[in-house]
Amino acid sequence: MLSWLTFSPLLVVVPILLTPSEKKNVIRWLAVLGTVPALLLALYIFGSFDRSLAGVNESAGFQYVIQKDWIRSFHIQYYMGIDGLSVSMILLTALLSFLCIFASWGIDRGLKGYFTMFLLLEVGMLGTFLALDFFLFYIFWEIMLLPMYFLIGIWGGPRKVYAAIKFFLFTLFGSVLMLVAMLALYFKAGHSFNLIELMSFDYSGETVRLFGLTMGFAKLMFILLFIGFAIKVPTFPFHTWLPDAHVEAPTAISVILAGVLLKMGAYGMMRISFPIFPDATLWFSGALAVIAMINIVYGALCAMAQTDFKKLVAYSSISHMGFVLLGMASGTTQGMNGAILQMFNHGTITAMLFLLVGVLYDRAHHRDLDGFGGLMSRMPVYGSFSSLAFFAALGLPGLSSFVSELLTLLGGWQTYPAITIVCTTGIILGAAYMLWTLQRVFLGPLNPRYADLPEINRREVFTLVPLAILVIVLGFYPHPVLDLLRTSTNHLVDLVWETGRVSVH
Amino acid sequence: MPEIVLSLAILAVLVADMLAGGRRRGLNAIMACIGLLVAFAAALLQVGTEPVALFEGMLVLDPFGIFFKLFFTAVTMVIVLVVHPYRELSERYHGEAYVMMLGTVIGMMLLATANNLLMIYLALEMTSLPSYLLTSVLRRDAKSSEAGLKYVLFGAAASGAMVYGMSLFYGMTGSLSIESLHAVLVQGGFPTGAMLVATVFVLAGFGFKISMVPFHSWTPDVYEGASTPVTAFFSVAPKAAGLAVLLRFFSSGLSTVEDGLRQPFAGLDWPFLLAVISAVTMTLGNLAALKQNNVKRMLAYSSIAHAGYMLMGAVLLSDSGLQAILFYLVVYGFMNLGAFLVVIALSAQTRREDFEHYRGLGWRMPLLAVPMAFFMFSLTGIPPFAGFVGKVYLFRAVIEQDLYWLAFVGILNSVVSLYYYMRIVKTMYLDDPGESPLEPIRVPRLHTALILVMAVPTLILGFRFGLLDRLSSYSLRIFTGS
Repeated sequence: MLSWLTFSPLLVVVPILLTPSEKKNVIRWLAVLGTVPALLLALYIFGSFDRSLAGVNESAGFQYVIQKDWIRSFHIQYYMGIDGLSVSMILLTALLSFLCIFASWGIDRGLKGYFTMFLLLEVGMLGTFLALDFFLFYIFWEIMLLPMYFLIGIWGGPRKVYAAIKFFLFTLFGSVLMLVAMLALYFKAGHSFNLIELMSFDYSGETVRLFGLTMGFAKLMFILLFIGFAIKVPTFPFHTWLPDAHVEAPTAISVILAGVLLKMGAYGMMRISFPIFPDATLWFSGALAVIAMINIVYGALCAMAQTDFKKLVAYSSISHMGFVLLGMASGTTQGMNGAILQMFNHGTITAMLFLLVGVLYDRAHHRDLDGFGGLMSRMPVYGSFSSLAFFAALGLPGLSSFVSELLTLLGGWQTYPAITIVCTTGIILGAAYMLWTLQRVFLGPLNPRYADLPEINRREVFTLVPLAILVIVLGFYPHPVLDLLRTSTNHLVDLVWETGRVSVH
Repeated sequence: MPEIVLSLAILAVLVADMLAGGRRRGLNAIMACIGLLVAFAAALLQVGTEPVALFEGMLVLDPFGIFFKLFFTAVTMVIVLVVHPYRELSERYHGEAYVMMLGTVIGMMLLATANNLLMIYLALEMTSLPSYLLTSVLRRDAKSSEAGLKYVLFGAAASGAMVYGMSLFYGMTGSLSIESLHAVLVQGGFPTGAMLVATVFVLAGFGFKISMVPFHSWTPDVYEGASTPVTAFFSVAPKAAGLAVLLRFFSSGLSTVEDGLRQPFAGLDWPFLLAVISAVTMTLGNLAALKQNNVKRMLAYSSIAHAGYMLMGAVLLSDSGLQAILFYLVVYGFMNLGAFLVVIALSAQTRREDFEHYRGLGWRMPLLAVPMAFFMFSLTGIPPFAGFVGKVYLFRAVIEQDLYWLAFVGILNSVVSLYYYMRIVKTMYLDDPGESPLEPIRVPRLHTALILVMAVPTLILGFRFGLLDRLSSYSLRIFTGS
C-alpha cells in the first residue's frame, strides 16, 4: 500500500504528457486526480493507524511495512513503513499537495512540465517520510531537488535563476555530507543501510582520523548529518537560501517549500541522527538549543525588517522552525511532542499565509507591504482569512500554534531555562511583526489604486478552508494529532536520553 | 581473437575505401561496424576462459582485460555510427578515420592486456600515433593543427619519460616483465629511491593517457581542436586504456599480499602519491571547468575531473576500489558519450559550441534537451541517475579504507561540478530563448536513436545496477602469473 501511496502521483504523468497543450483545464484536472489517491490513502492511514505502537527503533512497531530486497550485493532494501514520527507528515504532505494543485491554477506557461515536476516532487516528499532504508531515504531526498530546481527556475519570479541555483547548491552540499555519513555507517554497522539495524549498534568507542586529528566517529557523523539536515530546516547560519527561494518561487511551490520541505530537515534528525547516535545527540543538544534560540529571535527580527510580504513570511518560517528545534533539543516528551505538532501546525499556517500572499499578488502584481492599505473594507472575506492566519501565526491562544509553541517552551524550560526565556521573546516579536503587517495591509484608509480589487474567488477559498478548519480545531483540541505521535515520541525520548546518559557516564 | 578480427577489418575498410573512391562512404562505415561487432563477439566468447599468459608472458588473457576489450569495441562502434552521417569531417577522410580508430582500438586492447613493460610501451605508442592523426588531419584548420602538434609534443615527452622509467626498472631487475619485477621487489633489498623515481616516470606515461594532473595540459586544446566525434572518442576510450594499464601495473607489479590485504612495498608509497594526484586532478579539472564558455572545453575539463574521481579507486588496492573504477567507467562511457553526442548534433550545422547556442533548447528540441539534462545530472552525480551510483561505488571504496580526507575532497568537487553542469541545463530551460536563431536543427534519425541509447541506461542504471555490479565484480580478476 505504501508503494501506491508514494508512486500514485506518477500514474497521471503519462496522460498529462499526452494531452495537447491547449487543453489546459484537462491537464489541471488530471493533476488534481493525481494527488487524490495519495490523499485518500493518507486519510485511510489516519483512520486505521494503531496509536499504541511506537516504531522508531523497533521494526515490529512500524505499520503498513513493505520490505523487499532491492540490490542484494549492496544490501539495499526497498523498505518503507510508518510510525508516529512520520504519520502526521504524510497527512500534511498529501493534503498540501492536493490543495497546491488548485493554487497552481494561475500557471499559464508550460503546464505539462509544471504538473509533471510537481507530481514528481510529491513522490519525493512522500518517499522521504516513508523510507526506512538509508539509501532509499537518500534517493528520495535527492529526487526532490531536480523538480524543485525547475519549478523555481522556470516558473519563478524575476531573480528565479539565481534563487534556483542557490537552493540547489546549498541542498546538494548538505546531501553529499550526508552521503559520506551514510557510507561510513554502512561499514561500521556491518554492511547495512537498514535504519533500524543501524540504530542497534553502539558507536561510542569508534574513532576516525581526519587530517591528522582523531575524533569520535559518532560526533563527526552526527555533525555531517546535522549540516545536511540543518540546511533543509534551515537553521542559522545555513538559512540564506530560503528567503531567495521563497520570494522567487511561484505560490504553490512556496507553500510546498515551507509546508513540507522544511519539515524534512527536522524529521531527518528525529528519524536518523537522534536514534542512531544517542550519545552524540546528548553532547550536541546544548548547541542545538542555542541554534534554536538564534533561529527564533534572529528570524523574527529579520521578518520585522521586511517590506516584501513573501520575505516576511519566509523569515517567520525560520523563526517558527526554531521552536521545533528547541523542542527537539529539550529531550523531554512535551518538547518532542510540541516539535512534531509545531511542524504540522506550521505546515498548515504557513501554507495559508503563502496562499494568501499569492492571492494578493495575482491581483495587485506586487508584494510591497507599504503599497496596500485598508484592504479589509474592499475584500472582507480575504481579510478575515488573513486575520485568522496572522493570529494563528503569532500564536494566539485558541489557535493551533499556541498549543505547539507552548509545548516546546514547556519542554525547553525544563532543560534550558535561560535559553527558553530568550526564546519567548520570539513570540512577542512575532506578534509585533504580524500585527504591524496586518495593520499596514488591511487597516487604515483604502489605497485608491486598489479600490476595485476583486474579492477572493471560490477556488481560492476552497484551498484555504481545510487549512483554516485545521488551525481552529487543533487549537482547541490537538489530540487527533498528538495521539498519533505520543507513543513514538515517548519511546524516542527514552531511547535517546536514557541510553545516551548511560553511555556518557 | 578480437585483435585479429580488427586487423582484418582495417584491411577491409582500406580496400573498400579505395574501391568506392570516396563516393559511397556508407560502405566504409558498414565494414568498420561489422569488424567491431565481430570483435565484440569474439571478446564475448573469451568470457569465462581461465586466465592465461600468452606469447611468453607478453600478454595475458584475463577477465580484467576482456572487460576492457568489450568496452573499447562498444565505445568505438558508437563513434563510428556518429561519424557516418556527420558533415564536419570532409567525406574524403571518412575511410581514414575509421582505419585510425580501429588501429587505436587494437593498441588499447594490447595496452589493457600487456604484462610486460616493452609491450606496454609499444601498445601505448600504437594507441597514440593514430590519435595524433585523428586530431589534426580530419579538420583542416589552424586550431586542429595546433592541437595535433601539442598532442604530439606532449605525447613524445610523456612516452620518453616512461621509457626512461622502464629502463631504470630494467637496470634494477634485469627483466621487463611485470612478474619478475614483482619477484625482485618481494625479495627486497632494492634501492628505494631509484624505484620511486622509476615509478614516477612510468606513471607519467600512463597519466598522459588518463589526462591526470600534471600531465593533463594537452587535454583542453586537443579536445577543442579535434572534431567533436573524435573528442568524444578521446574522452572515453584512451582514458580507460590508461587506467587499465595503470591498474594492472600497480596491482600486479607494485603491490604484495600480506595477511590477505594488498599492500605497497615498504618505501614505495605510491598509493599516497596517487591519492594526492587524484585529489589535485579532480579539483583542478573542476575549477577550470567553471570558467569555460565553450561546451566542448568545459567537457574536456570535466573529463579531467572524472579521471580524478576514478583514480580514487586506484589508490585503495582493494577489490571494491577496482570494482568501483570498472563500474564507473561503464557509467561514464554512457553519460559522457551521450553528452558529446548532443554537442555533435548541435554543432554539426552551426559549428559553434558556446553556451549561448544552447539557449532555449529545452523548448525547441526536447528530444535533444531532455537527454542532455539527464547526462548533466548524471555527470554531477545526482540520483536517480547512473552517475550517482557510480560515485557511491567510488566513495564506498574510499570510506571503507577510512580515507576520509579524500572522500571529502571528492564530494566537495561534486558540489562544485553541479554549478557548471547546471549552467547547461539553465541555459537550455531557464534562460529566455529571446531572439536566438530559431532555424530548426535537423538531426539524423540514427543520431537521435544513439542519443536515446545512451540516455536510457543513464537513467535505468540509477535504479537497477545488479547486472553491472556482477559484471564489474567478475572482471576484477587480474592475472598475476601464479
